[in-house]
Amino acid sequence: MSKKKESLFSTKNRKLITDPLNDNNPVTTQVLGICSALAITVQLKPAVVMAISVIVVMSVANVVVSLMRNLIPSRIRIIVQLVVIASLVILVDQVLRAFVYDVSKELSVFVGLIITNCIIMGRLEAFALGNKPWKSFLDGLGNAFGYGWILIAVAFFRELLGAGTLYGYPVLEKLGLYELGYANNGMMILPPMALVTVGIIIWIQRMKNRDLIES
Amino acid sequence: MQELVNIFIKSIFIDNMIFAYFLGMCSYLAVSKTVKTSVGMGFAVIFVLAFTIPINYLLENYVLKQGALVWLSDSFADIDLSFLSFIMFIAVIASMVQLVEMIVEKFSPSLYGSLGIFLPLIAVNCAILGGSLFMQERAYNSIVEATVFGLGSGVGWFLAIVAIAAIREKIRYSLVPGPLRGLGITFIITGLMGIAFMSFMGIKL
Repeated sequence: MSKKKESLFSTKNRKLITDPLNDNNPVTTQVLGICSALAITVQLKPAVVMAISVIVVMSVANVVVSLMRNLIPSRIRIIVQLVVIASLVILVDQVLRAFVYDVSKELSVFVGLIITNCIIMGRLEAFALGNKPWKSFLDGLGNAFGYGWILIAVAFFRELLGAGTLYGYPVLEKLGLYELGYANNGMMILPPMALVTVGIIIWIQRMKNRDLIES
Repeated sequence: MQELVNIFIKSIFIDNMIFAYFLGMCSYLAVSKTVKTSVGMGFAVIFVLAFTIPINYLLENYVLKQGALVWLSDSFADIDLSFLSFIMFIAVIASMVQLVEMIVEKFSPSLYGSLGIFLPLIAVNCAILGGSLFMQERAYNSIVEATVFGLGSGVGWFLAIVAIAAIREKIRYSLVPGPLRGLGITFIITGLMGIAFMSFMGIKL
């Protein structure tokens, strides 16, 4: 052990967390995990629960797969990864059912769909299979946060503009906007508007960072 | 018979996997650059959905559901294994995809060549697992209904990906603002198509 150990929060490790938040965002740049990002963003509450679930599943799955990375034969790695993810998702699902039953009903099949959320498989394949546990943990955390903030941003606008509430609290009513003749835009609640909202987020992000523009 | 036709139409248009539930978006966005590849992917999805949903239906009704094990012995009536459904469904899907891949490779090498890498990709397509989970949630009455539902969902997904691929081929000649080019505009177009598909929602079947 003569080599100096890399510190836990070296610049390189910190980049693993900060990169996916913006320039290398899993949703807007890597195009992973779109399925669930759209369907559960009508209100903030399910979006927050979903984001937390994905953060838990992803960081743990990354560590587990990274620990086993030298044991998994590459031919059956997809099935091994799916089993790891599926067991974690079952845990999350049971916890949600026990403590926040109403939200779990609202998320319906989408908790189960974390299993096939490409974001998790994608990061396992691309990162955890080739890196040490601590780095994989940071990578999982970073990507899950990057996914989470997009989810919450979309839900924020959809709930605010569509229903005039935030986290169930009637913000616009308290501000007295309705008396001035403001009306909710019911269209924001419809599923297609989630796509348009993400499209606009991508637009803004690429306007700020011209390197990401596709030719 | 009429019931079956209703389920078929409903799963294609009203409950379209992509426009109503956003399932399978990842491969939908990744593979829709040209019409040719998207047709291959669409067929592969129809194929796998039509096989996995009936199998998972049998699993659900004879193994997982509460009281489903009664056919083995009356004393199993209280057992509820439904918490295992995620892991069982995904195992069925992964092995079915593997099986379908081998069968297609053996009996139709030309089809195998054209589907290529899309077959293994399907194992992680949310539309497939989503189909099985919706089947579980909606509790269809018979295996025929479940199969028709699977087939219909696959056809709906096929229509969606071929349509967006055709639009993307054409839009390459249009002047789209730089930052929107590629991914951004595809999202917005899909949103607009989703709004169009919502007009089916009022239809009561």
